[in-house]
Order: sequence, then C-alpha cells, then structure tokens
Amino acid sequence: MSIDTETARRVAKLARIKVEDADLPALAQDFNRILGFVEQLNEVDVEGVEPMTSVTPMRLKRRVDEVTDGGQQDKVLSNAPDAREGFFAVPKVVE
Amino acid sequence: MTKLNVLTIAQAREKLRAGEITSVELTEACLKAADDAKTLNAVVHATPEIALEQAKAADARLAAGDAPDLCGIPLGIKDLFCTKGVASQAASGILEGFKPEYESTVTSQLFDAGAVMIGKLNMDEFAMGSSNETSVYGNVINPWRRDNDETALTPGGSSGGSASAVAADLCLAATGTDTGGSIRQPAAFVGITGLKPTYGRVSRWGIVAFASSLDQAGPMTKSVRDCAIMLGAMAGHDPKDSTSADLAVPDFEAMLTGDIKGQTIGIPKEYRMDGMPEEIEALWAEGRAMLEDAGATIVDISLPHTKYALPAYYVVAPAEASSNLARYDGVRYGHRAKLSHGDGITEMYEKTRAEGFGDEVKRRIMIGTYVLSAGFYDAYYNRARRVRALIKKDFEDAFEAGVDAILTPATPSAAFELGQEFDDPVQMYLNDVFTVTVNLAGLPGIAVPAGLDKQGLPLGLQLIGKPWEEGALMNVAQAIEDRAGFVSKPSKWW
Repeated sequence: MSIDTETARRVAKLARIKVEDADLPALAQDFNRILGFVEQLNEVDVEGVEPMTSVTPMRLKRRVDEVTDGGQQDKVLSNAPDAREGFFAVPKVVE
Repeated sequence: MTKLNVLTIAQAREKLRAGEITSVELTEACLKAADDAKTLNAVVHATPEIALEQAKAADARLAAGDAPDLCGIPLGIKDLFCTKGVASQAASGILEGFKPEYESTVTSQLFDAGAVMIGKLNMDEFAMGSSNETSVYGNVINPWRRDNDETALTPGGSSGGSASAVAADLCLAATGTDTGGSIRQPAAFVGITGLKPTYGRVSRWGIVAFASSLDQAGPMTKSVRDCAIMLGAMAGHDPKDSTSADLAVPDFEAMLTGDIKGQTIGIPKEYRMDGMPEEIEALWAEGRAMLEDAGATIVDISLPHTKYALPAYYVVAPAEASSNLARYDGVRYGHRAKLSHGDGITEMYEKTRAEGFGDEVKRRIMIGTYVLSAGFYDAYYNRARRVRALIKKDFEDAFEAGVDAILTPATPSAAFELGQEFDDPVQMYLNDVFTVTVNLAGLPGIAVPAGLDKQGLPLGLQLIGKPWEEGALMNVAQAIEDRAGFVSKPSKWW
C-alpha cells in the first residue's frame, strides 16, 4: 500500500506537526520506505498469537488510594513558556 | 603517576578507600579532560560546580568510613535523565531551557551512593538514532580514528556522548539508555562495555520516555566489573515506575568469578547476515573459541523470527513514541512557537512541534500516528505486537532447551563516517539488527569489546541472557574480557 501526499498531510495533522506543502511529497516517500520495510511482517503466521501486552508477566502493584504528593504549584509552573496567576496560559480555545 | 581520569571504577574505588587519592583530585582530572575534549562534543552541559561539591561530600564520607562502591566516582549522565536544576533536554530543541524540578530515580540512587556528576552528555534527539547525528547540540565525534586517517567517525547512538566520554576518559563511566541498541551499539563502536538490563530492573522514572515498553537504562563502563558495580547502584524497585520489578538486587560484582564451566552458550544461525563483513564473522568465531576455552559448551541454535525484529520494532517503537511525545505541546515546558495574529491552540501545537522536533523525531512520531490510526491499528500495530510475542518465544524456547546465554556480534560493522547521506531512513535502522531483538523480548544484553578491525577500530561481541540474570550474563562477559585482553585505547588527537 502506498502513502500519497494527501495521506501524509492527514497524518501530519493528526500528529499536530505543521508540514509545508512543498515538503509533503518527500515525507510521503519516507513513509513509503519505512512502511515498505515493515510490510515483511505480513509473511509471519500470527494465527492464534496474542499481541504482547507486557514485557514480563507481572501483576501491577496496588497501593492505597490517597494523596501522596502535591502542593507544588510553583514548581509545576516553573518551566512553562507562559504561566499567569497560577495557571498555564494558552491562546483562546473557545470563541 | 598515571592520570586519574583513565582509572576504572574498581581501581579508583581502591585508591579512594586507601586514601591514596581524593575524589576532588579525581573529579578535577575528569573535568580537565572534559574541558580539553570539547572537540568531541560529548559533554553538552558541564556541571563543574555540582561535581566539586559532590566530590567534597564524597571525600567526607570516605574519611568517615561510609563509602559505598560509587562514592567519589565521577560519572557522565546522558541528557535523557532528568537532573534537578540542570538542563535536561533529551538533545531536543523542544526542551530548550527545561530544568527539571526533580531528580530521576537512577541519578538520585547514583548520587545517594556518592557518585559525582561531571555533566550531561550528548545523544540522539529523544534517543532516536544510531549515529548521534540527530542531536540539537550537533554530532558527537568518536575518539577513535582509522589508522592513518583523520576522518571523523560516529560514536554510534543514541548514547553517543556517553560512549565517547567514557572511551576518551572524560569520566570513569556513564549512564546510557537502550531502546533498540542505544547502549550496546555505541559501546561496541568505541571499545567499552555496555549493559542493557532486563526490562524492569532499572526504574524509568524521570528518564524522558521514548518507547516505554522497550526503554531501559544501563551502565556504560571501561570493564565488566565496573558494569556490575554501577548496575548495582542503578537497579532496584521503584514505586514510581509501575513496571519496575520488585526483586532483590543481587551483589552482581560477587558473581564475577569468570568461571563458566559447564554452561551452554547458543550461537543463533539467523544472526549470520548476508553481506556481513568477514571481520565480524571472524570476531564471532573468536568469541566462540574464547567461551569454549573457558569451559562452556557451544551449541548452534535457531531464533527463527529474528528477521522480523527490526520491522516489528519500527512499528512498536514509533507507536509508543507518538503517544509519549504528545506531551510536547508548548504548554507546560520547553519551546513554544511565536504565534501569528489569529492563531489558535491548534496552530500553537503544530508550529511548536514543527519548530521543536528534528526530522527523524517527526518522522517517527508520524509513522507511529499512522500505524495507530483507525483502520491501520490491526494491520500494523497489533500484527507487530503478535510478531513481538513470537520473537520473545524464540528466546524462551532456547533457554528452555538449556541455553544459558547467547553469543552474537554486537554490530554489523565498525564505527562509520559521520555525515553520510542516506536517502533511505531504513539504512540507518539496520545498525540495530543484532541488538533490537533483546529489547523486544525484554532481556538483558551486554556488549563487550573483543578486538580491532584491520583499520584499527574496535569491534564488540554481544551476549544475551535470561531475564533477571544480569549477574550470570556479566560473568560470561567477564570470561570474554579475560580472554580477549582488549586494552586498546584511542590515541589522543583532540
């Protein structure tokens, strides 16, 4: 299966990465090379094989549901490109 | 007197405890070496003040007789590890200016053990790369050169800065991370030892995530013994990483007897690749002979799904990366693009990510987005996860049949030239052909230097072990180290 420019545009949009129109054909070509390489997986008989979910069989640890951390608003915001009055600031989301 | 920065951890530990040297002297030697080696571009955020402060504290502990193995030992830390108050950028423009308010579990364990940080080390952006050419800080140079040839070579990737720094004696050892071979391939390219532990042995908390089911941090050192010492300090259960195993950490160093009599070592026939250089083949045969000499039984084995490991990896890893890297949105940390009038939040995301990420990272995020998108999830992602289960089963079958460890080459070539233009991204991916299976199966793997090629460049062998048996694995590696007698160092030109 082949990725065309339109599909490349759609994937870039889904990934929220701006790609200039002029760069889409090269991107589509990269996708095709990588996915072409991956196509080999179709040779493998995977009938009845469960997709691997955890690397080592282990039961996730449980703990009491309680607050163990918090009260660090300043630290949380310290690396924000734009923080105001204790909040992250972003462009207007709702008209 | 030999320069202190060339010591191994084990040698320095002895001298520090005997009071022959101080950590401050040792640290100053490393800082000077790092300062003189700017050409290599291995250290990207030097932290001399922190280092000297830690060294003084270590000297006080040594004087008080409270000195864990790593007390006073200068280390380099890969830029992927969050270090409190110190730039931690994963070599990406999108994390420009990011200074974590917290310390990764690995670095805090190392510091608790008295280790000294000389600085943060270069790497491929978000650990995506095999030549350290995707870094926002620029390429790292391998301290090794071919005989009579000044061509700049890659130290490998993604832990290229760690590899270069250890090989050039800028620190006694370094942390690395390995998602598809990022500790073992660079270790092999610079003639040092690098271990990827069993998935879950070392906490991932505070390490910038690439592919969470594959990522594992490990030591990059000048000897197998140093690997054992350093892993002991890095490993252990961490409640903050739900995939970290609640298992006791054994005394790895005590397991290095070098005695492997009666063990069975498997040689997988699928690792004999078409077009593999003769020198790699010869090195592999030498490794086999060394282990036979050590009293091991060598058996030929088959890992039938090996061929499909790289394609499975290039679905699973980008899929996980596309999810993990969604957090870089220009809101909470790092870079935010300048917006034009009328730009809304979507434009902010799209421009920020276009500016902040490099080409390889963008490519992988988008491949991951594609293979996870509606209509393709089953065909790509689920199929890759099924193949991954088969790859893991190949190893389980081999271990079940009595194999204790598996011997393979570490890389399909020696270090190659920087700046090669590949028009096909897949060509670069082939570097990880021998290492990537180990990540998919969650196993421990170690690269040990075993010889030089005809151009004078180091070559490594890889050993793969059973889950949680890093100690036994390092013991086999010790048997190779003892017999290979690899003592070559790059001659200093920088």
